Amino acid sequence: MLEIKGLTATVDGKEILKGIDLVVPQGEVHAIMGPNGSGKSTLSYVLSGREGYEVTGGSATYDGQDLLALAPEERAAAGLFLAFQYPVELPGVGNANFMRTALNAVRRARGEPELDAVQFLKRARAELRRLSMADDMLKRNVNVGFSGGEKKRNEVLQMAILRPKLAILDETDSGLDIDALKIVAEGVNALRGPDFTAVVITHYQRLLDHIVPDRVHVLADGRIIRSGGPELAHALEAGGYASMIAEAA
Amino acid sequence: MAAVAETLDAVQSVTESGYKWGFSTDIEMDIAPKGLSEDTIRLISARKNEPGWLLEWRLKAFALWQQMEEPEWAMVHHPPIDYQDVHYYAAPKQKPGPKSLDEVDPELLRTYEKLGIPLKERAILAGVEEEGGARPQVAVDAVFDSVSVATTFRETLAEAGVIFCPISEAVQKHPELVRKYLGSVVPVGDNFFAALNSAVFTDGSFVFIPKGVRCPMELSTYFRINARNTGQFERTLIIAEEGAYASYLEGCTAPQRDENQLHAAVVELVAMADAQIKYSTVQNWYPGDSEGRGGIYNFVTKRGACRGARSKISWTQVETGSAITWKYPSCILQGDDSVGEFYSVAVTANHQQADTGTKMIHIGKNTRSTIVSKGISAGHSNNTYRGLVRILPRADGARNFTQCDSLLIGDQCGAHTVPYIESRNPTAKLEHEATTSKIADDQLFYCRQRGLSQEDAVGLIVNGFCKDVLKELPMEFAVEAQKLLAVSLEGSVG
Repeated sequence: MLEIKGLTATVDGKEILKGIDLVVPQGEVHAIMGPNGSGKSTLSYVLSGREGYEVTGGSATYDGQDLLALAPEERAAAGLFLAFQYPVELPGVGNANFMRTALNAVRRARGEPELDAVQFLKRARAELRRLSMADDMLKRNVNVGFSGGEKKRNEVLQMAILRPKLAILDETDSGLDIDALKIVAEGVNALRGPDFTAVVITHYQRLLDHIVPDRVHVLADGRIIRSGGPELAHALEAGGYASMIAEAA
Repeated sequence: MAAVAETLDAVQSVTESGYKWGFSTDIEMDIAPKGLSEDTIRLISARKNEPGWLLEWRLKAFALWQQMEEPEWAMVHHPPIDYQDVHYYAAPKQKPGPKSLDEVDPELLRTYEKLGIPLKERAILAGVEEEGGARPQVAVDAVFDSVSVATTFRETLAEAGVIFCPISEAVQKHPELVRKYLGSVVPVGDNFFAALNSAVFTDGSFVFIPKGVRCPMELSTYFRINARNTGQFERTLIIAEEGAYASYLEGCTAPQRDENQLHAAVVELVAMADAQIKYSTVQNWYPGDSEGRGGIYNFVTKRGACRGARSKISWTQVETGSAITWKYPSCILQGDDSVGEFYSVAVTANHQQADTGTKMIHIGKNTRSTIVSKGISAGHSNNTYRGLVRILPRADGARNFTQCDSLLIGDQCGAHTVPYIESRNPTAKLEHEATTSKIADDQLFYCRQRGLSQEDAVGLIVNGFCKDVLKELPMEFAVEAQKLLAVSLEGSVG
């Protein structure tokens, strides 16, 4: 279970998160929607521990563990995965090598045996097939020369291989055509189950047609102003953020 | 690293007895007084029982050296070197070393551990003396039959007609070859440090691959007896006759301790028609401490002559050690259609300074050269690529491709690229690409989010940056070098 209480955070001295309260019970998928600049990406970076995002108050725990006290890699070892809005290029670093290094780092931290190259490739190829991706995805350098859609799919592939317990998807749907969107959604849906908790950050309803969330939260100006079931997303789509923000004010 | 080096060290211990270093066992004679004079050179030459022509050659070098000034054009700074305050002739066992691992810099030991070097080997690398000041001996390990390894090694080479021995032994056994080629690529008066080396070199490797022979194994300094202590004024000469092939590996990934601060090596390569020489170096001499105290000054002259048509010389280097690296492995592309290559990774951290690069001299027609240089600077270090591509008038159709990339870690370090391009033939084609980048925070965060520690993330990114060079190294060396890059940059970020 992810539990966020009164979380406030600043970036370059400017307060972006102004008191977030959010509970995502184990095994559920929650969507966070909100206009640009509402603090969605800041929330994802604060939860994953990026430098420059300074927590000024409140708490964030996962299964009772204080996430904010951990280094980014320790959060990863605890099972947290962030699908980046803008995946980063690593020139000269092969995708397979990167994912195996990451997977083994996490397994080592958990006291699990590492996978050798053969075991890893078997697992990676199985995930590639499930996600209808070409094998050459593994040979290419991490995100180098990838199209926007390929980068997002690569994030989903990494998620499938790393099998996190808590995933945060930061606008993974942006810039995707409908086929790629389905692949991304299938990637998330395949992981759904009692051991998988997710926070899906998005602008648009359309992703939520494919990943049906248990709950939807609306984030505006650093606070969650409304929460509800999947129907809330439809209401937003119909009425827009402005009326809801006005209503909340 | 571990298994291989252990094997090789054991081979070393087995073969050691056959090689006397040309030193008398008389202890008083094992070390010459400090200072450099004709007398010192006569002493070295006499100790090594050298023929008269070689003594004359040394004296000529010394005479030239005395008229030369230490070069100042490189972007390196150090207090003046007192060349009269150096022992030019010292038996290794006379150098005072630590008595046990307890006396060795714990930082160094930690690095050995990270590189996965077995305990007893760590002692050797750190120069720990055994009781009574004797050189440490590596026990013959039960893991393998070292005698047979040594024997097989020698037999295989001998069957192929390959000569691979210390150059002092070659002077005795193959004087005609040494006399013909020594100084033919790097003349005695070539530069200040080469002249010094020519005057006082004590040992090094000699390789001769006869016509048409493909050397059946990678030749490594590991195999050469006493490799550990020939570092100071090393002299290496490799000759590949027509159609011959050799791959030579120099150095070791483990950081090596050496009491001699000044190193000035010379390496000469000669490739005749259709011959190929591949020369790979991993240099990890002591770089000094984090404050920039101590560390080796490494002034090296390396040059290969592609004398015959279609010959090829390829330099690959991974330079992580030394306080100062001054080194420009070069190719003289004399034969038509000959090929020169230079692949380099130079890492500087803390207060290290590296000024390294290459020279490609295109003389023959359709000669081609490739330069790929990757410089990585961290801490307060300075890393300079300095390269010359010269196309002479007769070199119709010459081509060069140069790529120089610099990676900065932190904001206190420097990266400099100094290309010199001289083309005197209108048909030549030259390309030069250069980039400078920083390890970006978002790259580090991306890796850490996936579970990598900060240090592993730096290692991964740096190895990715260097991939084009590392893939040129022989397989087992490449794996070691990757580890080494990560270890060399530890603590550079954050």
